[in-house]
Amino acid sequence: MALAIILIIDAIIMPGFFEIRIVEGRLFGNVIDILYRAVPTALIALGMAIVIGSRGIDLSVGSIVAICGAVIAWRINAGDPHLLVFFYALLAGVICGMWNGMLVAGLGIQPIIATLILMVAGRGIGLLINSLYGGINPSFESELLQGMSTGSVLYIPTRLFAAAAVFFGLWLLIRRTALGLFIEAVGGNAAASALAGVNSRLITFAAYVVCGFTAAFAGVIMTADTHTSDPVSIAMFSELDAILAVVIGGASLSGGRIYLGMTVIGALVIQALTTSILISGLPPEYNLIIKALVVLFVLFLQSENARATFGLMFKRDVK
Amino acid sequence: MIFKTTLASTAMAASLLMSGSALAQTIGFSQVGSEGDWRPAFSQNMRETAEDYGVDLKFANAQGKQEEQLRAVRAFIAQGVDAIVVAPVVVTGWESVLQEAKDAEIPVFLVDRDVEVSDKSLYVTRISADFNLEGKLAGAWLAAESVGTCKIVELQGTTGSAPAIERKGGFEAVIDQFPAMEIVATQSGDFTTEGGKKVMEAFIKSTNNLEGICASFAHNDNMQLGAIQAMKEAGLKPGEDVLMVSVDYVPAIEDALEAGDANASVELRSAVGKFIYPVILDYLEEPKELDKWIVIPSDLHTQ
Repeated sequence: MALAIILIIDAIIMPGFFEIRIVEGRLFGNVIDILYRAVPTALIALGMAIVIGSRGIDLSVGSIVAICGAVIAWRINAGDPHLLVFFYALLAGVICGMWNGMLVAGLGIQPIIATLILMVAGRGIGLLINSLYGGINPSFESELLQGMSTGSVLYIPTRLFAAAAVFFGLWLLIRRTALGLFIEAVGGNAAASALAGVNSRLITFAAYVVCGFTAAFAGVIMTADTHTSDPVSIAMFSELDAILAVVIGGASLSGGRIYLGMTVIGALVIQALTTSILISGLPPEYNLIIKALVVLFVLFLQSENARATFGLMFKRDVK
Repeated sequence: MIFKTTLASTAMAASLLMSGSALAQTIGFSQVGSEGDWRPAFSQNMRETAEDYGVDLKFANAQGKQEEQLRAVRAFIAQGVDAIVVAPVVVTGWESVLQEAKDAEIPVFLVDRDVEVSDKSLYVTRISADFNLEGKLAGAWLAAESVGTCKIVELQGTTGSAPAIERKGGFEAVIDQFPAMEIVATQSGDFTTEGGKKVMEAFIKSTNNLEGICASFAHNDNMQLGAIQAMKEAGLKPGEDVLMVSVDYVPAIEDALEAGDANASVELRSAVGKFIYPVILDYLEEPKELDKWIVIPSDLHTQ
């Protein structure tokens, strides 16, 4: 609903907003742009949804993106086969996820603090990897990775297929195996599910590993987009957008629920908003305020208390 | 060991001073830190060119902290250096330490950022590039290239940052002179390649494939490089269909200029030692009132 409202406002402020053409062998238009640009946020948010479902949070996703970018630039410049580099990048994300999982599930550290460690250190690790071989924001050329990020198949951007594949894989994992149920059980009530025989530590660990994986996938797409590793600024504040997408998707930060489809809608709302601000012609000083106001409005729509209050007012008006 | 060499060099400097020779001046340099690409290159250049001018440079890295910087300046005063160079971390809080330097009769020179002090005589001069001038140069080049008729899209730096405000100000000051030049769209790309690419993608949509747009002005090269990628992906020819002008002159934009994807870039010099040392050495030889700001000239590079 919020997504629909934003799109309608866009159509009013910019005639031709929904126009889609074929340029350079792919679809081209604002709506395609929103889908296209929402992919990294959506990927990160999917992993975040699972971690939040386990009653955790992962602040380190932006740093994982930065580390992946540095790994990609490093290994490609070292001359490895590009498919292998792709797996290295995903592996780096999984290792980061294992680290977070170990701190949270193994040592029992509060998730917000445990993942804060990698959030702070991650961009430094990225810079270290870059400086290992003397690169300052090194760039690279890779047909495979850039094709996956900015290329297109049958007029449709390749990254949409990649995102759909990850989404489908996660959906299978969460909804067609017991893992999803276990994560929601652990998030809902860890003690009760442990008594029921669920290995809650292992489940929590798994949630962070999945989140590391999706962040790494987003990292591949974002890094290949500009084919430059820029650990200091890439995916800055993406953890906040991801958490926001999960919350707009209707999940509660107190855990117990995973809504994959709604999380993707949440990511689309955020990106639709960002794109609208960019094309609206408003001075950039207003960007953050407008974003905050719209988010407030969306959450307001979702709030049962607010709805109830409005409902009462409406009734009084009728009388 | 280190103590001994310091002692020896101070002793040497002292003896040279006593003999009236200005060959080996000791200069203390307090640098902000080592963030980004530009600042380490700047520090490196200050160290390297010190030898060419026969300067014994004492380098202190403040790691972005003002209290570290104040401590370094006080140490320089205690060591009795001939001059102190400061690249201030922040503009405020300098009165007392500058007064101490003045009482010790050690001249202080500012490089890079400015300081806010009520008594301007506390420092000799500020030697630095002028962001405003960089914007003016970009605007002047564009005015000449487009013969004063141009619709421009602008990629701003981080909202509220000094280079973004000053470069925009300088650029607008020039194009305002030409009634047929105007900025039709402006957004912040946060000084990053990623940001520049996203903003340009949106501009391409909102201006119907940059129809009637004659130029893209970016507050730094990284954003312009992102814009070049976005334009290519939309089937446009940056550098041909649209004039591309930006600031910094980083190695990647040199390649883009060579390939014809960019048209002009204003250089933010990191090799500034050759502008800074002569001013200081001349002053030490013959102290006189200097302008409070000596601008390091900016070069504009084209294809």
